[in-house]
Formats: sequence, C-alpha cells, structure tokens
Amino acid sequence: MSAISLRVQHAFPGFTLDVDLQLPGRGVTVLFGHSGSGKTTLLRCVAGLERAGQARIEVNGSRWQDDKVFVPTWQREIGYVFQEASLFSHLDVRGNLAFGMKRATGAAREDEIRAMAQRFGIEHLLTRKPDGLSGGERQRVAIARALLTRPRLLLMDEPLSALDAARKQEILPYLERLHDELEIPVLYVTHQIEEAARLADHLVLLERGQVVTSAPLDEALSRLDSPLARDQDASVVIAAEVLDHDPAWHLTRLRFAGGDIHVSQRPLREGQAVRVRILARDISIAMSGDNASSIQNRFACQITGIAPAEDPAQCLVGLQAGGVPLLARITRRAAEQLGLAVGQGVWAQVKAVALLD
Amino acid sequence: MLLPDSQDWSAIWLTLKLASTVTVLLLILGTPLAWWLARTHSRLRGAVSALVSMPLVLPPTVLGFYLLLVLGPHGPVGQLTQALGIGLLPFTFTGLVVASTFYSLPFVVQPIQNAIEAIGPRPLEVAATLRARPWDTFWSVVVPLARPGFLTAAVLGFAHTVGEFGVVLMIGGNIPGVTRVISVQIFDRVEALEYAQAHWLAGGMVAFSFAVLLLLYTLNPDARRKAA
Repeated sequence: MSAISLRVQHAFPGFTLDVDLQLPGRGVTVLFGHSGSGKTTLLRCVAGLERAGQARIEVNGSRWQDDKVFVPTWQREIGYVFQEASLFSHLDVRGNLAFGMKRATGAAREDEIRAMAQRFGIEHLLTRKPDGLSGGERQRVAIARALLTRPRLLLMDEPLSALDAARKQEILPYLERLHDELEIPVLYVTHQIEEAARLADHLVLLERGQVVTSAPLDEALSRLDSPLARDQDASVVIAAEVLDHDPAWHLTRLRFAGGDIHVSQRPLREGQAVRVRILARDISIAMSGDNASSIQNRFACQITGIAPAEDPAQCLVGLQAGGVPLLARITRRAAEQLGLAVGQGVWAQVKAVALLD
Repeated sequence: MLLPDSQDWSAIWLTLKLASTVTVLLLILGTPLAWWLARTHSRLRGAVSALVSMPLVLPPTVLGFYLLLVLGPHGPVGQLTQALGIGLLPFTFTGLVVASTFYSLPFVVQPIQNAIEAIGPRPLEVAATLRARPWDTFWSVVVPLARPGFLTAAVLGFAHTVGEFGVVLMIGGNIPGVTRVISVQIFDRVEALEYAQAHWLAGGMVAFSFAVLLLLYTLNPDARRKAA
C-alpha cells in the first residue's frame, strides 16, 4: 500500500489539474514540471492551502480530504517550506523556530531548538531578526522551523528558486543531508532538473495539470517515451560508491552496478555514496570495448530500446549496464550504419560525468 | 485672565468619554470589517468600501440629518429602540456614540485594511502550516504585524471623534453634561463673546491635535501614507 495517495481534480481558468498518484512513504518525491504545470497547486492542495474541487488525499492512513472531509491546514501534520522563506518579521529566529513547535508539540523545548539550529548552522543567529539574515540563512531557518513541528510529511515548494546560484550551493548540502537522514516522506516541487537529479528518489512529471510520468528517478529519466528523455539536456542519474583514489593520475574511481567510472580526484571518503549524472548526448556507442580511444569510461551494455529524438537527425538509445538504465543520443545514421537493434550487446562510451555531491 | 469653568471641564470630560467609547467600539467593529474588505473577492467589496468612506465626503449635517430620521420616533431604528424599552437615541450620549461611530468609521477601517492588505496572505498560510488556529493566527501574527495600522486607526478614530461638530449638533444637540462636547462648548463661548474661555478650549484643541499627529508620525513614519 502506498503511504501517500493523491487524487485531485481542480479546474482553473486555463487548465484543469487532474492527477491520481500513489507515492512512496519514504524518500523524496520530486514534482517536476514547467511553470503552469500545476505542481505548486498540487502541493498546496496536499497542505490544504488550496481547496480542490474534488479530491481524495490520504497520507499515512489519515484522510485529509474527500467528498465529506476537509481537514484544515493547521490540523494536518505537515511541514511546509515556501519559495520565499516567509519568516515572521516580528519574531527573532528563536521565536520563528519555536512558533510551530510550541503549537505542534505543546512546548518549545530549548534543547531541541538548539539541536535543530546546529544541524542547519544557524545557532549563532537565534537572537537575530529575519531582516538581518541573508537569503540562504532565512531559508535554512524556514526549513528548521518546519521540521521542528515534527511533521509526518514535508512539503517544499521550490525552496531554492528565490536564491542566487551561490546561495543554492549553500543550501543544497543541507537538503541532501535531509534526504539521507529524514524518516518522513518529502514532496519537493521544482522546475530545475539539477535539483531533481540530486534529491529525488521518485519523480513525478507534470504537464498542464496532468501526470506524464510517475516512477523511480532512474526509470523516469531513462524512459524513451518520456518528455524528459527527449529534452536537449536529457540525462540519467546513477547511484555509485567511491571505490578509491589514484593520486598518480589525480583520479577518483567510483563503482556502480554496471562498472567503474573515473572522475577527477575529489576529496571524498572511500565507501561514500554519491550520485552521478550523465547526459544522453555525452554517451556514444561502440561495438567493441577494446578499441583504442581517449574515452576510458566504458561499460558493456545491452540495448533496451531505440526511439526517435526531437531532432530528426538523431535518435535515443536506451541501454542497460548491469541493470542500470542509461540513455544515449546518437545520429540516426550512426544507428543505421552500426546496425543497432534491441537486445544487442554494445559498449557505452561516456565522454563526461557530473558528480553530484 | 478667566480660567476654564466647570462647564468647560464637563465638556472636556464628556468629549474624552465619547472619544474613548467610540474608539473602542470602532476597533471592535472596524477590524472584522477591515479584514473582510482586505480579503474578500466579493462583488460587494466596492459598494461596501464606498459606504464606509461616505463620511469622508459628506457634510456632517447630511449624515446627522438622516441619522436623526432613522433614529427618531418615526424611523425604523427609533421604533425598534422604543419597542425594546431603550427609548429614543437622539439627544442622548448613546445617540452621540452611534452617530460618531458612523462618522469616524473610515478613519479606523482604512488604516487597518491597508495594514492587513500589506501583510498579504502568506504569513497567515505560514501560521496555518505551523499549526496555528485562525484565532491564534490573528492574535499572534496579524495583530503584531499590523500594529502600526491599529495604532494609526485608534489615534485617528479618537482624534477625529474629538474634533467633530456638525454631527454632534444634529444628533446630540447642546445639552450640558450629556451631549455638549468641547467643539460645541467653544461655539457657545464664541457666540457669547467669551473669547478668553474660547481660547482655553480652542488653543487646547490645537495643542492636542498637534501632539496627537506628532505622536502618530513619530511612532509610525509611514502613517501619513496609510491614513491617506
């Protein structure tokens, strides 16, 4: 049984949100789509900030909305992080952190507030007013404030989109740690594929109020019929582990189910879990693995599918390396001349790898 | 030099009593009204806003005239108050309170409405996601954030009630200790050519008004914009 079940129908001027989703009860589910796809509206419906015309919303066995029931927002055990931090300007950081905790748990426990503040690197700001904080600090306070209510579901509405690139890099590590540590499910809205690649376990792609794809991240990214695969920046994300370092060549070796990947040396702990993103346009296909080439990240694969790409000169090739799906974009002519066919064994040559850490 | 006599002191006391009563009443009545005006998408919003603002443009005599008719023995409210055994309101302190409440309404509603509009819906949504009930949100979020607006509303409501004349004359008349407020007392003094006593009261009003507005603009620098 899914822990989160959302059936929402809501008509807006211009489009209708109409989704029926079963989402996992653990990990981060990213609601992904362009602006106007309805992803924020869906999140607001889950929070009860928006009342959908017709909906059945169930989280961990509690029914929050159906034909007869509508649980008001303040009775839903959620944490909500808005696009802008939206701290209360009349309260200092401690007051903001205590606000929800007091109401959700009956008391503002100083030790717990301190521990949470420490976790988000804001313990030195407790007596400051929100006006005096940077954008990144404010958003960290907002996340800590939401978590202190001990929610059963964390909702995040593009928490990074109001921040500049440097601030994003400041917050992302905290979000990645949340991803590793949190026991509760997270619904995370974004239109940035990079954030989805870093944080998502499960990906829901929304377009004009409809669900296009709802699948585990690797599957959602690599499905040939998904709009994500047809995108210019189509990519797959691979879970890997740091194997060792080769100081002589300044390389770090990562291992995933399909083989080893070499990347420029990084100060990573051996055994550490990392995510790697590979763009479809950075994978080329060779018929054998022994030909001399400057490309040394090579994996034996099996072709799982071939589909036309947006550009009529190109096609998408679905691959599997040790059970891990990969996606290559090559020219149709190359596919034809190599005689590529589903089920065939080939080698994927990876020109560039982005380590997400 | 002639000092203010007991009649003057009685007028001052009556005026303060009237203004305080009206201010408290207006904060209680004006806040939900301002809230509704700030938040509603109803088509009635424009009409209600216009009604609330009417006292800003109407001569007080017009307001007083119609209130007199409505509250009078043949008016609907007058007949109701008589049936309830309250009697008639014109030429009583209560009647003066009712009239002043209408007359000063826009001065209280508008600053509160502006303040609530300036807060926007977001802090209320945040409070709800942090488990605050609506009533709790009002006291712990709206009131502190809108404090300058409430302060402006109270000061303007009070000062405007102290300063009214036409409506008082129409509804309250000129009964010592019951409806004779400072502005009416000044009028009497001037009519009787008692300029020295008139000066005490008129000068006092000038000083009071200046002090009130100074307080307002010092405590709340953008009050001018909000009150406008």
